[in-house]
Amino acid sequence: MSAVAEEGSARAPWALTAPALMLFVGVLLIPLAMTVMLSFHDWGQYKGIEPVFILKNWHEIATDPYYAEMFWRTFRIAILTTLLTALLGAPEAYILNRMDGRWKSFFLLVILGPLLISVVARTLGWALLFGGNNGLVNKLLMSLGVMRSPIPFMFTETGMVVALAHVMMPFMVLSVWAALQRLDPQIENAAMSLGAGPGTTIRRIIMPQIMPGVLSGAIIVFSLSASAFATPAIIGGRRLKVAATLAYDEFLNTLNWPLGAAVATLLLVALVLIVVGSNALIERRYAEVFR
Amino acid sequence: MAYLELDRVAKQFGTQTVVDDFSLAVGKGEFISFLGPSGCGKTTTLQMIAGFLDPTRGAIRLEDKDLTAVHPAKRGLGIVFQSYALFPHMTAAENVAFGLEMRNVPRTERAERVRAALAMVGLAGFEDRHPRRMSGGQQQRVALARALVIKPSVLLLDEPLSNLDAKLREEMQIELRQIQRTIGTTTILVTHDQNEAMSLSDRIVVMSQGKIEQIGTPQETYEKPASAFVSQFLGKTNDFAGMIDRTVVPTQLVAGSWRAPAPAGLGGPVTVSIRPERIGFGDAGLSAKILTRIFQGNHWLFQCDSECGPAIVIRQNDGQAQPVEGDAVRLTWRPEDMSVRTRAVA
Repeated sequence: MSAVAEEGSARAPWALTAPALMLFVGVLLIPLAMTVMLSFHDWGQYKGIEPVFILKNWHEIATDPYYAEMFWRTFRIAILTTLLTALLGAPEAYILNRMDGRWKSFFLLVILGPLLISVVARTLGWALLFGGNNGLVNKLLMSLGVMRSPIPFMFTETGMVVALAHVMMPFMVLSVWAALQRLDPQIENAAMSLGAGPGTTIRRIIMPQIMPGVLSGAIIVFSLSASAFATPAIIGGRRLKVAATLAYDEFLNTLNWPLGAAVATLLLVALVLIVVGSNALIERRYAEVFR
Repeated sequence: MAYLELDRVAKQFGTQTVVDDFSLAVGKGEFISFLGPSGCGKTTTLQMIAGFLDPTRGAIRLEDKDLTAVHPAKRGLGIVFQSYALFPHMTAAENVAFGLEMRNVPRTERAERVRAALAMVGLAGFEDRHPRRMSGGQQQRVALARALVIKPSVLLLDEPLSNLDAKLREEMQIELRQIQRTIGTTTILVTHDQNEAMSLSDRIVVMSQGKIEQIGTPQETYEKPASAFVSQFLGKTNDFAGMIDRTVVPTQLVAGSWRAPAPAGLGGPVTVSIRPERIGFGDAGLSAKILTRIFQGNHWLFQCDSECGPAIVIRQNDGQAQPVEGDAVRLTWRPEDMSVRTRAVA
């Protein structure tokens, strides 16, 4: 009797999670496995995809400097975006946290605003402002005589970093904000009573405590920027490709699916390694703050 | 001469007056408690001394120097916060050392003073622990060591023991008192716990709704409460409606069937306050009926229904037989144990 009940209760969690598990396996694990498999297949202009096991695609990525440049650019943009969001987002969250109730919720909404707008619309907005001679800001600056030629924005890495940083800012602000909520409300007073000035308090007391928030925000921003598609596609287009747009082009323009799959797989593996690695590092380094 | 002096200090938030007309002279080495219910302005007053809030009116002086003109970081006061506000990313020793670092104390002297401060609060050997790995009582001790190591001119304690369990709180009270006696730092404690205030302080400032109700030694405030609020707040008390009868000579104070010669200078309706432990059972006096009898180890607590309303009586458990529930008794007390105030009649 009790054995049956126990058996039933042991099976219950599996039964209850089965639908979600099946969905997870069906729409994530299987396509992912198929993509990895695909990256080992052969492809030819006239013969199409051949389901054989060869290392041709991987060999090409490893040896052709074109791909190295592409991945290096991807991670350079992601790192710069992460740094920019951290440098702007952490102070932003700190200031936001010190605001009065009403202003706080208003500005929180302003910061979350970008998330409410489609990434395409938002990036096109940047293009309208800075795109070539017809960009609004460029026109204004040139008519004022501040500058002769438009600010280079479209098809530049700078443009991509700025546009990405704008998109990613909410993730950094919210993540630092969460860390700030964990702070003892009297901690700054405590530091002040011991003789610390505002600068010292921020550097010695506040910063170390919100560092985990900054770093977890950085992980989110980095992985999202490195795998971002829409923003690089619009700002960079064909001229300035990153890993995600490269994979897209291989799939849909060249129709070399196996090579595209290899690029996508490499991006995924590199990201997972970076994220898991840095997460482990952060958790060890900041064990005391996380407790 | 007063060491720390608050002169008609007031604090307003918008139209709301949180502290009003607060004047107090604290002697050097004195242990003062601000006692009152939450929202009485005691913490606000402490924060004005600390410098986290600026007084709207009035002056705060330390050794005759205007303290409000000094930046909080330069006041050199030691503060222990209710939440301790320890720096979680630093070890106990680093926490304690922080204030010394800010004062540019040389490294060797710093290490020595940190070690001594932690030893004083009974935490020798805990130098390398992080606060979140310590119990509430240990964190409390670190916070105290951190505040004391800078040799503060005044030590401010903001409800420091309220997060500890009852037994630990009692231990810490005793320890806090001993430490304060030993090093002689002028101390101000904010608390809502009357037992804590009474067992620790030289003087108590009883506050209510932003105003001082009474300043006095624990004994004074308990035995001679200046107002109904003080007598209610500091321990249990019985308030009976009485009357001064001037038709007889000598004039008499009458409360139900209890009567005594009237104190001088009062007339008409009065309130008679007596502490429950000063009431005895006698042959004559206020007639009452025992409703409940509660045994509390070293004493008995009786709740009675008397002629003048509900009454509480506490009797020592001295081995004598005590009345039981339902007994009709007479309540009696010595005239010197009561305090009599004029009663406003609506």
